[in-house]
Amino acid sequence: MTAAILPYLAILRARFILMLQYRAAAFAGFATQCWWGVIKIMVMAAFYAGAAHQPINLAQAITYTWLGQAFLALLPWQADAEISEAVESGNIAYERLRPVDTHLLWLVRAAAMRAANTSLRLVPMFIVAAVLLPLAGLAEWSWRLPPNLAAGALFAVSITLAALLSSGFTVLLNIAVTALKTRRAANIAPVLVTPLSGMIVPLVLMPAWSQPLLFWQPFAGLVDIPYRIYFANLTGVGALAGLAAQALWIVLFILIGRAWMNRVMARVDMQGG
Amino acid sequence: MAFGARAQMAQIRVENLSKTYRIAARDPGLAGAVRGLFRRRYRDVAALNNVSFALERGELLGLIGPNGAGKSTTIKILSGILRPSSGHCDVDGLIPWEQRIAHVARIGVVFGQRTQLWWDLPITESFDLLRDIYRVDAARFASTRERLVEMLKIAPLLDTPLRQLSLGQRMRCEITAALLHTPTILFLDEPTIGLDAVSKLALREFVKELNRTDGVTVILTTHDMHDIEALARRVLIIGNGRLLRDSSFESMRSEILGERRLIVDFASDNDDIASHGATIRARDGRTVEYAFDPARIAAHTLIASIAAAHDVIDIRVEDPKIEEVIARFYALHGAVES
Repeated sequence: MTAAILPYLAILRARFILMLQYRAAAFAGFATQCWWGVIKIMVMAAFYAGAAHQPINLAQAITYTWLGQAFLALLPWQADAEISEAVESGNIAYERLRPVDTHLLWLVRAAAMRAANTSLRLVPMFIVAAVLLPLAGLAEWSWRLPPNLAAGALFAVSITLAALLSSGFTVLLNIAVTALKTRRAANIAPVLVTPLSGMIVPLVLMPAWSQPLLFWQPFAGLVDIPYRIYFANLTGVGALAGLAAQALWIVLFILIGRAWMNRVMARVDMQGG
Repeated sequence: MAFGARAQMAQIRVENLSKTYRIAARDPGLAGAVRGLFRRRYRDVAALNNVSFALERGELLGLIGPNGAGKSTTIKILSGILRPSSGHCDVDGLIPWEQRIAHVARIGVVFGQRTQLWWDLPITESFDLLRDIYRVDAARFASTRERLVEMLKIAPLLDTPLRQLSLGQRMRCEITAALLHTPTILFLDEPTIGLDAVSKLALREFVKELNRTDGVTVILTTHDMHDIEALARRVLIIGNGRLLRDSSFESMRSEILGERRLIVDFASDNDDIASHGATIRARDGRTVEYAFDPARIAAHTLIASIAAAHDVIDIRVEDPKIEEVIARFYALHGAVES
């Protein structure tokens, strides 16, 4: 059993450690995310000032925004940089020389990348938005804690599923990059992920008729579902449906990824005579 | 050569292997580009055409041919990276592209222009990762690693990240990496490319030693004929995807390299230099280069005949440059890509 998962654990650990070294990039990213967080909250406040009744209140929308900034690195808007480089340099051949399942290997690597990037940004963002803002007397603009323990626990499950969902989609992007032999193949990702995850506008604020569609499309599970679970806007059956939607898309992404990878790897010519 | 016996105990069997790539083609110019947006045309390029050979355990095979001949394609199929369009091949009883995971655990591969080590990791950490990826037993790993580190003299490099190493240092680490899981077959695809003379010599020495003492089967592609001369007991020549020759290095040398050169410095300018039964390859002032086949005309007969006709200052007999002869062989067989 341990022998079976040993290669994947080794890659996970190595990648995580490697990603933690990119502190400068993380710091620059953190500064940008604070700035965007402030702007988004101002837009949200202006919107709420003119609106009568909304499915989530302003305090929840503000927490949603800070969560979005803290977990930004979890979003799959590019392929795995290591794999893009390997495709463009021809090193991709070595991926097939490892005695491991290539899809699972890529999934683990994507998960390590997202987890490491996120953990570097999450803690400072929490300190600034959840601790320092209230201390500065700006409590109404701050990141609030979950209203109860159950919401917090469900959120922990849901954000883990979000990381898996993101990794599953990242592998799809990797395969697209491999098939078309350019990292630009992944350029479609931000166009889909940014609006459909709820990163720009919380999906609950969209028109009522679109709600079922938005809830069951794959990218809601990255942002909208876990965040609404966090501040107990989704509870009980609603929360379970949210987790089910996430699980459903994780399974589908993995099945599609495995079938697609087999096709691509059978056809790809791997450069050179 | 007893081919029947070889096929029976062959470690690698390749039968009628072909690989065709589909390459997107478009008509030239803007009109062609626009048409290409709607309807893609494809052109089939045969990278490998009906190649068959068999290889015994412990052989050291050189695979040569001009650029684009199909050498790398052969290696990529044998190592399980590529799936052939038709034909069969098995390695130690496994079909590489169908039983890929079991197969790649037993082979080592080095691509001279690629790297399998992690760019930002110290070499020793890359090795540890490979240990886990190949699920190598810790004790066995330690002893293999120790031996390779000593043979390839990489102890001082182990704590350095890959990106800070020179090409020669890197290649020694790459070869170690490919052998940490003690494969029974080692594929070397242009391993000496870009290396300096000292590194090349060290590499050849190591590969020879590995083949002799550990019985590791080695398949080597190269453009450096000195690699072939130093290492390969058997040579396959591939051109335009076809197998042009499969013979021992010695018989290739005597057949293809059978030609000798006689270089003669004449005492005076002569316009009436005859060929004396040889071929005049080059002429530079009073120096004339004859090519002859020692099986047809003995060197002393040729020399006597030339010396009898003209005043001669100096005479040297040389082997032709191996690159030159191989290039002529390629040209003769239409092996060079158009």
